Amino acid sequence: MRRRSILRLGAAGLTALGVTLFVGWWQVDGPGAPERPRSALPLPLSEMAFDLTDHEGKPVGPETLIGRPSMVFFGFTYCPDVCPTTLSDISGWLEAMGADAGGLEVVFVTVDPERDTVEAMAEYVGYFHPAIRGWTGPEAQVRQAADGFRATFEKVATEGGGYTMDHTASVFLFDEAGRFVSTIDYHEARETAVPKIRRAIDRKTEATG
Amino acid sequence: MGYPIRTLLMALIIGLPATVYAGSEAVTVENAWARAAIGTSRPGAAYMDISNTGDEAVTLTGIETDIAMMPMIHRSATDAKGVSSMSMAGDIVIAPGETVMLEPGGYHAMLMKLRQPMEEGESFPLILLFSDGGIVVVEVPILGIAARGPEG
Ligand SMILES: [Cu+2]
Repeated sequence: MRRRSILRLGAAGLTALGVTLFVGWWQVDGPGAPERPRSALPLPLSEMAFDLTDHEGKPVGPETLIGRPSMVFFGFTYCPDVCPTTLSDISGWLEAMGADAGGLEVVFVTVDPERDTVEAMAEYVGYFHPAIRGWTGPEAQVRQAADGFRATFEKVATEGGGYTMDHTASVFLFDEAGRFVSTIDYHEARETAVPKIRRAIDRKTEATG
Repeated sequence: MGYPIRTLLMALIIGLPATVYAGSEAVTVENAWARAAIGTSRPGAAYMDISNTGDEAVTLTGIETDIAMMPMIHRSATDAKGVSSMSMAGDIVIAPGETVMLEPGGYHAMLMKLRQPMEEGESFPLILLFSDGGIVVVEVPILGIAARGPEG
């Protein structure tokens, strides 16, 4: 009788172990895994290194963002369609959040520093929500920044001798400790974007993970 | 041009006007708007819904406008890795009863090499060219740089 209950306990333990293993598989390799491979996730801001200039001429880098939750995305001001849409979407999310978004750092990093000077960035961001900062700098530093975020960009020639930029259009969210929280896809609905931003703001330093 | 009896009967039943337009004559455009551009060196973009109310497919082959030297229809796309790119759209076939939307992140009228700045509050005519030789002229209001849709 006693032996039997020990056996039963053992079986229950094994089942629990099985559930744990399954949950682990589900989250790492299974359908519950994030869509991007692990290696494609942005580094923590504390492990990035780059030196850029904001639209007011101040030196900035990843350390500028640590200590406050942040939202970072890449684009360029000669982008007629995708980038202004992202900036408008973000402006709308910030408006919807009102004072709740007050502590958030919001940064637009240009992937086209050749045309996007500090002055060009200042004029452009002036048309959107006042919380949005514009960062530019030498191409090598922009490249280093993009690498840290696991973002890509590439110059593409257009008809008529000009060029455009293919680039990662996702918005990256970090908590106040500089840890990556999540990505907002291009043109994602406010209903899902705003809760993601709140999650980045709410994840305090003491939380693990 | 002859119409199948069934179509004519349908037209009678649902009360369509007696004149049935075909080809680009049957095209209607709604919700046109453009985003203002800073200066003339940056390209502008215009959007609209183009509907084919006729019973034959129509093919949009291009656009013309006085405000840009190189206007063309582009398509933006974002791949599985989140990378956005733009390319020329080529001919766009609109099936009978269908609507093609030019909207942010998809098809757009890309206005390259602007001849004049696109200022908020102004408007400009844009001509849609169709394969049957027909044209549709659309007056496009220019909204702010931060506009998200035809309502601003
Ligand atoms: Cu385009």
